[in-house]
Amino acid sequence: MMATFEQALERLEAIVDEMNGAEIPLERALALFEEGISHLRAASEELGRAEAAVKVLTEKADGVLEATDLGG
Amino acid sequence: MMAPERLPEPELQAAPGESPAAAISVATLTRTVKDVLEGAFPPLWVRGEVSDFKQHRNGHWYFSLRDEEASLRCVVWSRDTRRIPAPPDEGMTVVALGQVSLYAARGDLQFTVKTMDAVGDGLWRKAFELTRARLERDGLLDPARKRALPFFPRRIAVITSADGAALHDIIAVTRRRNRLVELVLIPAAVQGEGAPASLCAALDRLASWGGADLAIIGRGGGSREDLWAFNDEQLARKVASCPIPIISAVGHEVDISICDLVADWRAPTPSVAAEHAVPVLADLQRTVASLGRQLQSGAADAIRGGRRRLEQAARQGGQGARRLVERRRLQLGRLSGQLHALSPLATMARGYVVATSPAGRVVTSVAAIAPGDPLQLRLRDGAAETRVETVRRIEDPTDGQG
Repeated sequence: MMATFEQALERLEAIVDEMNGAEIPLERALALFEEGISHLRAASEELGRAEAAVKVLTEKADGVLEATDLGG
Repeated sequence: MMAPERLPEPELQAAPGESPAAAISVATLTRTVKDVLEGAFPPLWVRGEVSDFKQHRNGHWYFSLRDEEASLRCVVWSRDTRRIPAPPDEGMTVVALGQVSLYAARGDLQFTVKTMDAVGDGLWRKAFELTRARLERDGLLDPARKRALPFFPRRIAVITSADGAALHDIIAVTRRRNRLVELVLIPAAVQGEGAPASLCAALDRLASWGGADLAIIGRGGGSREDLWAFNDEQLARKVASCPIPIISAVGHEVDISICDLVADWRAPTPSVAAEHAVPVLADLQRTVASLGRQLQSGAADAIRGGRRRLEQAARQGGQGARRLVERRRLQLGRLSGQLHALSPLATMARGYVVATSPAGRVVTSVAAIAPGDPLQLRLRDGAAETRVETVRRIEDPTDGQG
């Protein structure tokens, strides 16, 4: 799951290469395009996440570790 | 005759040891000599060659310091050996800081050493090489162990001091390059006697938390003693067993630590660690937008080709061809529809912001705005009313197409 962005880009590059290569059947173009769109959407959503804050890892009373906002 | 009473009796007032009757014990003498010696000499640095080095079971070190003419018995109490990077080699020339004293049980002159160093940096180098050799023997320095760093880490754990320069630098570089990357500090002492244990505990917390996909461990520059915690063998073994890829960034370019050798990547400084770990957001956005455009043009080509074949089939007529034409027409319609849906995606990938003037016109060039102009920003999930502060033109040939 962590690698989705990288995998999406790699797959997109392969799709684009295939689509811009020799003339391909329409069915294939449609399938590639649909797949490409889903990767493009996933990658765009990844880049559209909210800005991250700097956090600090703290240990709660029950021993559970938790990242909380770093003051200052 | 004079009165005899004015003659004193000297024997009765004799100083200790002045006569057989006033003989003192061995213990009294050695204790007195010890006191005199310790009072007469402040702690001193002494230079000599190490010989007869022995490490006792209880951790104390015993050896002699000697030169051509003389020899001096030395001891290092076990609690003080921790301050010395490695035991000295036989024959090594060292300088030792200690207190001249007397070992009463044997009546020997004894030099109680608090710390020492080889002339040059021999002891530090020796300790470093001993640790390196042990790690090498266990295969922990094998280049094949080094893992690739994630291309776009979402959350980076930073193990360093909460108030050091390293954290400051890593935050500054990360924010500049990519504000989507989250940094999570795992605070640890980075110098002093407790530092290796503190750094090991931080690595344990990192492992049991499991929330990061990359880690940076390190500190800013300092003296050799300041950086020494990062040469600790236990720490090195913890770094080697870190469940996620880890970058070591200790001190400056010239400082190589044991921690550097076992980490997946060695950064010359904490800033460079962040530079290397964090991809520039604008670059990622450009890559995604460019792939979107290429996908679009690939689809457009496929539609053109499909239409051409469709027209050919229609011209040829016939029953089988009619069904084929119908199917192709449907596919073309679907592809064209998808293509239409693509353009806003490519735009969104560039940052989800559309700027419009008060007249509702989309602003695409700095030529259309001036400082003080109101500007409405439309984002993915809302809008903001803003005012232009400054206008700056950027010449960027890769950002030319829309």
